[in-house]
Amino acid sequence: MEGIEKTFETKELTISMGPQHPATHGVLRLVLTLDGETVIKCTPYVGYLHRGVEKLGENRTYFAALPLTDRLDYISSMNNNVGYVNAVEKLFGIEATERAKFIRTMVAEMGRISSHIIWLGTHVLDIGATTPFLYAFRERERILDLFEMLCGARLTVSYPRVGGVRNDISQEFLDTLYDFILDFPSRMDDYETLVTENRVWKQRTVGIGVISAEEAINWGLTGGTLRGSGVNYDVRKHAPYDAYDKVEFDVPLGKSGDCYDRYLVRIGEMRQANRIIKQCIEKLPLGPVMANEPKFTLPPKDLVLKDIEHLIHQFVLITKGPAVPEGEVYMGTEVPKGELGFYFVSDGAGKPYRMRVRAPSFVHASVLPKLCEGLMIADVIANIGTIDIVLGECDR
Amino acid sequence: MGLIVNTLSPSLVEVEKGTKILAPNIIITSFDKLINWGRSSSMWPVTFGLACCAIEMMTTGSSHYDLDRMGIIFRGSPRQADFMIVAGTVTKKMSEIVRRVYDQMPEPRYVIAMGSCACSGGIFNTYSTVQGCDSFLPVDVYVPGCPPRPEALLEGIIKLQEKIKGEHFRWSRWR
Amino acid sequence: MEPLQIAEKIKEKFPDEVLEIKEFRGQVSVTLKKNRILEICRYLHSDPTLDFNYLIDLCGVDYLPKKDNRFEIVYHLYSIKRRHAIRLKAEVPENDPAIDSVTAIWAGANWHERECYDMYGIAFTGHPDLRRILMPEDWEGHPLRKDYDIKGAAKEWAGFIGVLDRAKKFKEFEWKG
Repeated sequence: MEGIEKTFETKELTISMGPQHPATHGVLRLVLTLDGETVIKCTPYVGYLHRGVEKLGENRTYFAALPLTDRLDYISSMNNNVGYVNAVEKLFGIEATERAKFIRTMVAEMGRISSHIIWLGTHVLDIGATTPFLYAFRERERILDLFEMLCGARLTVSYPRVGGVRNDISQEFLDTLYDFILDFPSRMDDYETLVTENRVWKQRTVGIGVISAEEAINWGLTGGTLRGSGVNYDVRKHAPYDAYDKVEFDVPLGKSGDCYDRYLVRIGEMRQANRIIKQCIEKLPLGPVMANEPKFTLPPKDLVLKDIEHLIHQFVLITKGPAVPEGEVYMGTEVPKGELGFYFVSDGAGKPYRMRVRAPSFVHASVLPKLCEGLMIADVIANIGTIDIVLGECDR
Repeated sequence: MGLIVNTLSPSLVEVEKGTKILAPNIIITSFDKLINWGRSSSMWPVTFGLACCAIEMMTTGSSHYDLDRMGIIFRGSPRQADFMIVAGTVTKKMSEIVRRVYDQMPEPRYVIAMGSCACSGGIFNTYSTVQGCDSFLPVDVYVPGCPPRPEALLEGIIKLQEKIKGEHFRWSRWR
Repeated sequence: MEPLQIAEKIKEKFPDEVLEIKEFRGQVSVTLKKNRILEICRYLHSDPTLDFNYLIDLCGVDYLPKKDNRFEIVYHLYSIKRRHAIRLKAEVPENDPAIDSVTAIWAGANWHERECYDMYGIAFTGHPDLRRILMPEDWEGHPLRKDYDIKGAAKEWAGFIGVLDRAKKFKEFEWKG
């Protein structure tokens, strides 16, 4: 064989794993320079889904910019809404009611489960296992049915609102949700039986895409991607918002920072999310679901249609926007992908002067070259799956 | 229209030079029905999910709202596909690639514009978004919604199937 | 450490650079001049009591009609071990839109600075690979500036005009039956 290698001249090949590709989870373009199967250089190109959300946010009032945040990380739109609403409430200086906080925590954790389920399904599908994909979508259908029962929309809900949530939850919703979470751990065991101790899965993910703890912090990673390297940074514990300081949950950590550890971290997070939802259902307080702040929140619809004062409030808030104090605020929340941050600069008008979205997928996509260089093409696919990016959030 | 050079009578036409055959409408009508039934029952789309609507397309393909029962298998390469579902927002940077994938598809080919962003730009009326993919693609079926429910996408696909069943002679080389 | 204490510490170490310290809703922002931003960031990163090892976000803001120095680069820093945060704002004038890059300290600033260049036109000296990231490489104009219209400039991007021309050219081959 050595004689053949000496006389066999090879050239490096540059290929474009283009925006239209079954395995790139959206419109991500990777230009790979290959020597045989080994990747020498990897350059990601993003921006194929840049829709100008930050510019649109400057032209709309705080209430009207809420549906834009649905479409950022379209897999877990409840969590994006919760993040936006928390940041706006911090800027206005108001607080949601207790019941609304518990409801928001509950739906945020349901969104976390549904996002991690899609991650699990697509990640193992890219690596080659087709069965968990269909099983995972079966669970996701149950969660989407619950969302539809709650607010009418499956995917791009705009259910959390500034000051609380849109409408109260029904007893039927709570009963169906309770059945789901009693059932869910056994379904998780099903998925784990198929994947976790699987010889092929371990060969494809152990030791692939290793990043150490200091490097991960230096590159700005968050969420499951960071905790897989052993760094204990979870926004829900460091700076709790909503009802996260009133429920108990653990934060699973990895050890070696490879794909397998990140997989175990996210599986652990799904089980913890189940635990949080159970506690939220048990501890749910009674009361209103929208804060009573007439200057900053929209009044209830039935009063708007009867009473002139509420009608005037509604009109002014929708057309001109609320009278926001001048200042700036940054608020980060823990979405399934990492830390989603909103930075608002307000100059007193009803529309934000600057709305900045700090997207976790943007930062994670930048670390792809570091993870992929020196590995083979099949490992590039495993790496794209493990950093869990969504291009809608990355490009905004 | 294609290769028919001269219509000598309603039942006799001249194609290319000197060759006379029976006009298409005589024996081909029932062939139309048969072949169109075959074509519409096994349509293979090329995966072209761009944004949120891609998730609803994946959901329509999974077990609950099965697309496989309609004969639909998602193909990775446009060269082996029948139609294209443009699911999601088309930005100007991406428009070139959408058009290139469409050009690579062999005929007969169709386009379904799924979602408000593909139909007309949706809520994103900005500097970087194309206001509707029909400015550079010929669209056959528009499925509005943000995102459209899986049942809505299924209805859009059924409408495309009905359109194919009503076509006349598109499958042939002599059209 | 409390945010105001951190701000005071920066002020006593670099008294000429700090222009203003403001507090709002419990968060403190320190407005600085842009000249020694790299030194200040290095001090914040390496000082053992401050230990800001994590750059959460780096973005730009355009204050066109309101301030003399038109742009501001905003850094959000956090320390995972000490659990404290600070916001730094460096003022950048319009006639000299350049500032030092902090990629040598936090590698995660790489793509944030590219996006800032793309959206505002601010050049980062010392950046390893400064080019457009979200818009196409030959796009003209910087979209997030306040004088850029939301529907875009009047002149359309050349790449999109090419796609429309190609669509028109191939229209004759479409099925019209």
